[in-house]
Amino acid sequence: MTSAPWLSLSIWIPILFGLAVLVFSDRHAAQVRQISLIGAVLGLAVSLPLYSGFDTQTSAMQFVELSPWIPRFNIHYNLGVDGISVLFILLNSFITVLVVLAGWESIKQRVAQYMAAFLIMSGLLNGVFAALDAMLFYVFFEATLIPMYLVIGVWGGPNRVYAAVKFFLYTLLGSLLMLVAFLYLFDKSGGSFAILDWHKLPLAMTPQLLLFGAFFLAFAVKVPMWPVHTWLPDAHVEAPTGGSAVLAAILLKLGAYGFIRFSLPVLPDASHALSGYMITLSLIAVVYIGLVAIAQTDMKKLIAYSSIAHMGFVTLGFFIFNAYGVEGALVQMVSHGFVSAAMFLCVGVMYDRMHSRNIADYGGVVNTMPKFASLMMLFAMANCGLPATSGFVGEFMVIMGALKHSFWIGFLAATTLIWGAAYTLWLYKRVIFGAVANEHVAALKDIGAREFLVLALLALAVLGMGLYPVPLTEVMHASVNELLKHLAVSKL
Amino acid sequence: MTSMQQLYLLVPLAPLAGALIAGLGGRAIGRAGAHWAAILGVTVSFLASVAIFFDVMNGNVFNGSVYTWLTSGETRFEIGFLIDRLTVLMMVVVTFVSLMVHVYTIGYMADDPGYQRFFAYIALFTFSMLMLVMANNFLQLFFGWEAVGLVSYLLIGFWYTRPTAIYANLKAFLVNRVGDFGFLLGIGLILANFGTLDYAAVFAQSSGMVKTTIEIIPGAPWLLMSVICICLFIGAMGKSAQFPLHVWLPDSMEGPTPISALIHAATMVTAGIFMVSRMSPLFELSEAALSFVLVIGGITAFFMALIAVVQYDIKRVIAYSTLSQLGYMTVALGASAYSVGMFHLMTHAFFKAVLFLGAGSVIIALHHEQDMRKMGGLRKYMPITYLTMLIGALANAGLPPFAGFFSKDSILEAVHLSHTPGAGFAYLMVLAGVFVGGLYSFRLIFYAFHGKERFAAHDAGHGAAKDEHGHDAGHGHVVPHESPAVVTLPLIMLAIPSIAAGWTIGTVLYGGYFGSAIFIAPEHEGMAEMAQEYHGVISMMLHGLTSLPFWFALAGAATAWYLYIARPDLPAVLRQKAGVLVTILEEKYGFDRFNDWFFAGGARALGGGLWKFGDVTIIDGFMVNGTARVVGWIGGLVRLFQSGYIYQYAFTMIIGVFVLLTLWFRHA
Repeated sequence: MTSAPWLSLSIWIPILFGLAVLVFSDRHAAQVRQISLIGAVLGLAVSLPLYSGFDTQTSAMQFVELSPWIPRFNIHYNLGVDGISVLFILLNSFITVLVVLAGWESIKQRVAQYMAAFLIMSGLLNGVFAALDAMLFYVFFEATLIPMYLVIGVWGGPNRVYAAVKFFLYTLLGSLLMLVAFLYLFDKSGGSFAILDWHKLPLAMTPQLLLFGAFFLAFAVKVPMWPVHTWLPDAHVEAPTGGSAVLAAILLKLGAYGFIRFSLPVLPDASHALSGYMITLSLIAVVYIGLVAIAQTDMKKLIAYSSIAHMGFVTLGFFIFNAYGVEGALVQMVSHGFVSAAMFLCVGVMYDRMHSRNIADYGGVVNTMPKFASLMMLFAMANCGLPATSGFVGEFMVIMGALKHSFWIGFLAATTLIWGAAYTLWLYKRVIFGAVANEHVAALKDIGAREFLVLALLALAVLGMGLYPVPLTEVMHASVNELLKHLAVSKL
Repeated sequence: MTSMQQLYLLVPLAPLAGALIAGLGGRAIGRAGAHWAAILGVTVSFLASVAIFFDVMNGNVFNGSVYTWLTSGETRFEIGFLIDRLTVLMMVVVTFVSLMVHVYTIGYMADDPGYQRFFAYIALFTFSMLMLVMANNFLQLFFGWEAVGLVSYLLIGFWYTRPTAIYANLKAFLVNRVGDFGFLLGIGLILANFGTLDYAAVFAQSSGMVKTTIEIIPGAPWLLMSVICICLFIGAMGKSAQFPLHVWLPDSMEGPTPISALIHAATMVTAGIFMVSRMSPLFELSEAALSFVLVIGGITAFFMALIAVVQYDIKRVIAYSTLSQLGYMTVALGASAYSVGMFHLMTHAFFKAVLFLGAGSVIIALHHEQDMRKMGGLRKYMPITYLTMLIGALANAGLPPFAGFFSKDSILEAVHLSHTPGAGFAYLMVLAGVFVGGLYSFRLIFYAFHGKERFAAHDAGHGAAKDEHGHDAGHGHVVPHESPAVVTLPLIMLAIPSIAAGWTIGTVLYGGYFGSAIFIAPEHEGMAEMAQEYHGVISMMLHGLTSLPFWFALAGAATAWYLYIARPDLPAVLRQKAGVLVTILEEKYGFDRFNDWFFAGGARALGGGLWKFGDVTIIDGFMVNGTARVVGWIGGLVRLFQSGYIYQYAFTMIIGVFVLLTLWFRHA
């Protein structure tokens, strides 16, 4: 199975297709869409062997590719996945297909550029998750900003420029210190950018704490953690549907992935020392952001805040240092990829018809769009963490892990049962339930075959993962166990 | 897999298949197709449950896994079944009542556009409830727990265009979530301390944990068992609508009547009672938890019954009666009389289903009128409904020889004999509740079925707020008539056990029916004493005739007769005289107002405040955009220095050199 360079293929196929469609103008929009879909499906196809050929027994990197890139600085084109990163390549390739389908009709201007942005972004994101060389990671990590910046800035809403600039500056400034940290580690390790070398590198407490701070800025902004989260609601509100879906489903995962790939294994002592702060910030995300979400009047803003609250579970799970917590956090990352993407796509379906994100403009959508309402009910329930949906699995595991760690941390984390249900179902009540609110709602048409396909695929993923999460978690066991063992040993 | 194990699987999967066919294929197979799919599924499930019941009676208990849901760390989370005597009792009751309600629905929902959807939901409910009762571990229990909550949410909001319905279903879900929050904490504490969620493994370790303490508040060591049990019981308070989490149940009457019978009376709301009985090996280890259970149950049993007396909506009377009866069951649990609680759960499932379905029969006969003030004298038009509801009311009031007598009397006896702190208070509550129970049960019967016919006089009033379907405004008022056989047959089928189910008391309570499924600590000897005093059904009835509760119940019924038959003018006078009291009861002690203002309003205000102040003003306004402004301002300043004029640069350079030289020379 490992004969083909599957990782490189999963990175470069989408990018090449993205570049290829750029030659077309809007007159050939139909062809652009078809070629983009082929590219996205091919991208998914070449990432499937990563799962089917994955050896769940080892925590070592698999599908490794290594060749020199910039020999002068000992930088390599070094790819590989373990049980943690492989999940996100699959998730990303899957979401890309859906995003291409979701933008099929709603994007009419600059179709080629739109599709290209998403395909290229997909390849770059796969690159981030596959990179084992820190410089390669950095290049991919920063490069993903550009297509997303363009997606928001070009196809976004009326306030798109403010949102795009805020998004760009926030995340760019955050990651600059990460580069400094990389250079420091390069120097300390005797000239290596290999991330796995850094895992074994002994470091004193002070440099660990400083490096942790640098990484924290880069990754916390991406997650986003409170209080560096305010770029996200703005970005979501202005981004087109596909942009929001990818932003929530994949881009946010980069921050969490950074924590688990760099902060925890490279800086175990600092991670332990600062875990109290990390847990506090995570719980603020769960409680404070959960309450803020209740008060929103804009559907996308509400889901954006809900996204932040759910990501709070991810960082919480990482920093309680037990198997339930870390595995729960990883499951939550994947689940959030499905559920948040689904929620944003649902808003997109309504926005395409009504051109409003305002909750007050809706009411009684179920009367005219029953099929859509049923699917959205499923996603709403997944967003509340109802058992038998994917949303439950991660939250449950993290809450169990938190209670094992400390009663009050578990207590505060578990309040999400109430906040999550309150903001999600109140939204659902005001938008979907009720009598037909106005003539615009009365004129709504239910979802067509293409929209149904997109949402149904997500529904299957959400239910499948909720009913039988084992295929997902068995992949990560070896890597998580190794990480926890590694974390238990001081580097001082 | 043995054939018995296949049968176990069939029990929940048959209704699930019915639900999927009716729900996803509803349009293709039509209305009849949908109800046949659902009914067939539930019938199969019922027959399989009966077969399993006899198998278990022959001593075949099963505890095993179906599949591994998840592994994490050292823990395996399984989906599995525990089939013992406690389980099969619930399986038979749930599938039987569900089947009756399915049949009844054909008549009740006959002209509803959401017919297929309704069948899909109730079949799905049956599946969820069965998964809950058949679980052999806490995880699956929680699965079923939340799943029945979901279906309840969907069914309360079944008529989704009505504002009251979608308010009620959101409220029900959120209040239940508060309970689930406690429940999940309890489960988490079990996992953290026992390292497993498997019932048998937890129970096996529990006796070793009696003295274990946990410091939730530093410096205050609490018994771990008490904390766990109270957390679990908070879950039961949500699902079984115990004070102060009872507020959702009366509003759930916004749902169609068949589900009020099935979910909000007979089965789902008893999940909490079942759960605590299942957890008897844990609750028996905590005196504090049992006291807590007793007090909560006692408050619910009495104070909710009082509200039933002032209600006019026929369904709400029964809803408050359900709350009160759930309080009785809870009290039994607190008195360590789990088998009695389960026994009352069973008898109540039958007679409360009769009352609800009978009420539904009246409601359709009067074209969706639920106000008892617009009923009266119905007994001659609807004899079967009248008779079956009368049986239900007699059972509900706890009069012999009806089923409720045996279970309710046993509860009173058990509480009386209990020495757990709080038992004295609970006894007073349930004893007083017996009088109120007699009063509201017969108030309903007399109001609806006896006295003057008031339905014709209010012809113009209908079609407004209390109209369930909202599509019958065109109907003129004709003489009410008895409902069709699909409605009356289930009534009769449920009325029979409402009479006779109590006669099994010898087997269920004193014949060691539950065996090892329920554990009672040796120091809680009440049940053993009761067993010694029990000498058969007849003697229990005769003894009952000379005991206080019987006369209390009779007095309640007599009061109802006096107020609503002999002196129908009196209630209005009483209402005026006892104005404050009536207002308190009509306001339901103010819980709804308080919750709306404090919790719902508070959360919204807090969320809005945090958003406007925290996110918009502090973080974005001050820090983010503030930083941008400072950068802009510094940029502006710096721009002044980059004027492009050579003389400015030269001048600055000279000043710089001068300053540096000065510093250097002084230093030297």
